[in-house]
Amino acid sequence: MSAQFTIPKFKLPGFIASIGQKLPQWPHALALVAGLNAALKMKLLPESELDALADKLFRVRILDTGGEATYTYRNGLFRPVFRPEREPDLAFAANLSAYLQMLARQEDPDTLFFNRELEITGDTELGLIVKNMLDAIEWPQLSAKLPLLRH
Amino acid sequence: MSPLPDLVCPAGSLPALKAAVDNGADAVYLGYKNDTNARNFAGLNFDAKAMAEGIRYAQAKGREVLMAINTFPQAGRSADWHKAVDGAVDQGVDAIILADIGLLDYARNKHPQQRLHLSVQGSATSYEAINFCQREFGVHRAVLPRVLTLAQVEHVIKNTTVEIEVFGFGSLCVMNEGRCWLSSYACGESPNTVGACSPAKYVKWDKKPGTMETRLNGILIDRFGDDEPAGYPTLCKGRFEVQGETYYALEEPTSLNVLELLPEIIKIGVKAIKVEGRQRSPTYVAQVTRTLRAALDSLRNGSERFHVKPAWQAELAKVSEGSQATLGAYNRPWR
Ligand code: SF4
Repeated sequence: MSAQFTIPKFKLPGFIASIGQKLPQWPHALALVAGLNAALKMKLLPESELDALADKLFRVRILDTGGEATYTYRNGLFRPVFRPEREPDLAFAANLSAYLQMLARQEDPDTLFFNRELEITGDTELGLIVKNMLDAIEWPQLSAKLPLLRH
Repeated sequence: MSPLPDLVCPAGSLPALKAAVDNGADAVYLGYKNDTNARNFAGLNFDAKAMAEGIRYAQAKGREVLMAINTFPQAGRSADWHKAVDGAVDQGVDAIILADIGLLDYARNKHPQQRLHLSVQGSATSYEAINFCQREFGVHRAVLPRVLTLAQVEHVIKNTTVEIEVFGFGSLCVMNEGRCWLSSYACGESPNTVGACSPAKYVKWDKKPGTMETRLNGILIDRFGDDEPAGYPTLCKGRFEVQGETYYALEEPTSLNVLELLPEIIKIGVKAIKVEGRQRSPTYVAQVTRTLRAALDSLRNGSERFHVKPAWQAELAKVSEGSQATLGAYNRPWR
């Protein structure tokens, strides 16, 4: 967690969001779900808490790219949901930089939330479970492969 | 110059524990995944396996592991708390942090060799209370509630041989340390009944255009404009209408930050400085630990040239809940 590599706070120009919204949403959803399932396979996610996620609908929205992904957790796997028929149980919305800072463990989700850079709506307890679950992941195994996450 | 106090940092998960150790904590404190500790939030804390790994990691680097079993046993369920104490001893923690007198007694009798700390929840504010716990239960260290001025802390230290630990940074839980029932008023659950204040299942963040409302079990706690920093909806930090005026009627949502007072804290002989925040992420732990480590290390050779670096303040201000910091009771003129 050294300062060799820091992600600045940035916001992409608005026109990118307007293009983003016109693109099909499934690439984001697939990438996210593939990542989560990889974490599952590597047993990075604590099984005791996964049960709490079953059949819940999650939405991750990247404000400045206009990207959005909805997914659920069913029968031991994360699955994309392309045409959600209801409001998600838990929804995150933030600019790309905030997500990157969070993933790189450069900023604390609570800090971003209290400073209004991360919006979380829906079931608060579910949000806390997800947050604590992500916090409890030991990233090093992953970060060796993903230079972005190295710290 | 007195020796530097230990920096005691929170660990709500294994990565947080490692972040604390890697960034210079002298000790970490943690709890089991159940209501035997006062930060019993969903997804947080340690099962026996993670605990073993955490203890190994910290102790291999010469750091201490302190186990918080700091809630009061529920009627008819003492066995659960006893099991937690036995488990902590078996796993080889350096000390157990207890609040309940019955548990202190149990631990003392069953495990006479185990080092015991008196939790802040134990609410011992006088040296008489602390010396009593030393005499009866062999308490080795006491964590002082955040209600004393520095002069009062010094008075306690002068009159006891028990080590004294004080809070140095973090959100303030101001009411009566460990005896607060505000959360039960709103939702029927409080730190001492379920191990959590204002449990998340009762919390609602309601985003509307231009504002965000926070509710606890339906009770409106606060309303924030889009540019206003938000806070977690505990009753003590809400804005309420009292006689026609709306304001923080109980307490401002500030964070404690004692950087400025470090030289004095060291001078009066405080043994350890505690950082609040087991519910926060590894990133917070790393940021706060690193900053306080740097500040303490700069005092290693005396305090004559000590000054609080703006970068330290900026780092700590960023992670604080609410945008203000306070020296808490430490420098209050009144008592
Ligand atoms: S309501 Fe406030 S003072 Fe009371 S336990 Fe909760 S955080 Fe502490």
